[in-house]
Amino acid sequence: MTREDWQLIGFTARMAATSTLVILPVGLALAWCLARAQWRGKVLLETAVMLPLVLPPVVTGLALLKWFGRRGACGSWLHDTLGLDLIFTWRAVVLALAVMSLPLLVLASKSAFEEVDQTFEQIARTLGAGEWRIFFTITLPLARRGILAGTLLAFARALGEFGATIMVAGNIPGQTTTLSVAVYQYVQLGEDAHAWVLAGISASVAFLAVLLASGHLVRRTKR
Amino acid sequence: MSQDIEASFVKTFSGGPQIRVENLRTSGPALTTVLFGTSGSGKTTVLRCLAGLEQPEEGSIRFGDEVWFEARGPLLPPQKRAVGFVPQEYALFPHLSVAHNIGYGLNRVRHRERQERIRETIVWLGLEGLERRRPAELSGGQRQRVALARALIGRPRLLLLDEPLSALDGPTRLRLRGDLRQLLKQLGIPTLLVTHERTEALALGDQLIVMDGGRLVQRGPVHEVFSRPTNVAVAGIVAMETVQPGRVVESADGLVSVVVGQSKLVSLSSHLPPGTEVYICIRAEDVVLVKGLPARSSPRNSLSVVVKALVPEGPIMRIELDGGFPLAAILTRQACEDLALRPGEQVTALVKAPQIHLIPR
Repeated sequence: MTREDWQLIGFTARMAATSTLVILPVGLALAWCLARAQWRGKVLLETAVMLPLVLPPVVTGLALLKWFGRRGACGSWLHDTLGLDLIFTWRAVVLALAVMSLPLLVLASKSAFEEVDQTFEQIARTLGAGEWRIFFTITLPLARRGILAGTLLAFARALGEFGATIMVAGNIPGQTTTLSVAVYQYVQLGEDAHAWVLAGISASVAFLAVLLASGHLVRRTKR
Repeated sequence: MSQDIEASFVKTFSGGPQIRVENLRTSGPALTTVLFGTSGSGKTTVLRCLAGLEQPEEGSIRFGDEVWFEARGPLLPPQKRAVGFVPQEYALFPHLSVAHNIGYGLNRVRHRERQERIRETIVWLGLEGLERRRPAELSGGQRQRVALARALIGRPRLLLLDEPLSALDGPTRLRLRGDLRQLLKQLGIPTLLVTHERTEALALGDQLIVMDGGRLVQRGPVHEVFSRPTNVAVAGIVAMETVQPGRVVESADGLVSVVVGQSKLVSLSSHLPPGTEVYICIRAEDVVLVKGLPARSSPRNSLSVVVKALVPEGPIMRIELDGGFPLAAILTRQACEDLALRPGEQVTALVKAPQIHLIPR
């Protein structure tokens, strides 16, 4: 393990953690809307959120490249109003990881919210509690195990993301290169041993995250 | 000023039943109105509409001079109704301690006062020492008291109880029935209580409203509704033990004679002319059994009956009799042993005239 390897692992973990933090409020809001609110077009939104789960990651990356490129709809707006450029920076890494891992968080949190008996929320209403208070004191605590599991899965997914990342963030050593991109690169360069070390680390972290997540899911169903 | 609910509304479930409530009223402070009916008759929906958890399509719900709901008007949200609602199985917040469950509705009250009121309520309902427990660590009876405490701490103006005793086991239920009656008397707020148990309605209710198929079909003082159902459907719902078809043959001086099977029974009625087809209703506890020929007795109806079966029901025994038509009686087990009743035996059944209720067919 070289110093670069450690930096690579640290960078990848930071990116995955940042993207998980970014999607947490968005994902919980989406999951709650999908689980509780009744409105038209719900199915469309759900499908759109779930799409990165089934699309080839490279295609998702291509779409992001188009939208967030300097001439893209979102990209030009960000550039003009905030002076922010995303593509081929660490921010693009976070964007790619966020979009790719959001479906896992939404899926797990939505079913966690659905499992919360609505009688609790209704009783809270008769006791005078407003909707925000109900969400933070009743719904969220009762759904916490499912949400935690979803967060861990999303984090694990972000750690290993490859296709979308390389499309929007490229492979700039020390700036946008993540663990999985590095593995691909080492194989390309014929440095198989090096690739295997990184692959092993990647696999152990993923194993740990899934283990923790399913541990939470199992305990939740046993209660 | 007495504050009471006055509600008439229609609530339709898509593709499901329709609940049509006409002139539902609570009966004043410290009085309990029981909504009685079989499951699926819409009792819970009525409570939920009053609590503001369901929105009816038509009609209005008023409380005193406040409008809680009016068709095409805004719905007063549950948060603003100041109603204490205790649902079936209580729905205690499983992740909060007893103290936090009880204090949940007091978040706008200052910390010191809140602690003080939680403390008072805990003492009042005898929950000392359980403050830190989670609902899962409580007995059924304790859960019920925590649910009541949570609903009552905010000083509600109306109390809604959905099957408050059905989640408890038999002995606990009996014990807590008395406690609950005491509590409701003490509170001094109008209460609407849903139950499908006759004994609970008798023990807890002042007024009774019978629901059937989403409608209010009969109302009145509890004993009156139970002993004088207005039609055969209500007689079935209140579990009137003996309901038999008969025909009025004589009517004089406020007394009528009714032929049922081979027997002639005497009842009270001033408005049923001879020839009227009726149902006779007799509650099992109003039937007296006598062995051997009685000397003279006051009950106007004396029937020679054969014991068909003895069915034990807890401390009491239900006796199925045949006197030309099926008749049921309820005796204590002791009385049963004293009489040494056996199936096939001939006994005399006595029923007073006012205890035979007639429903015109």
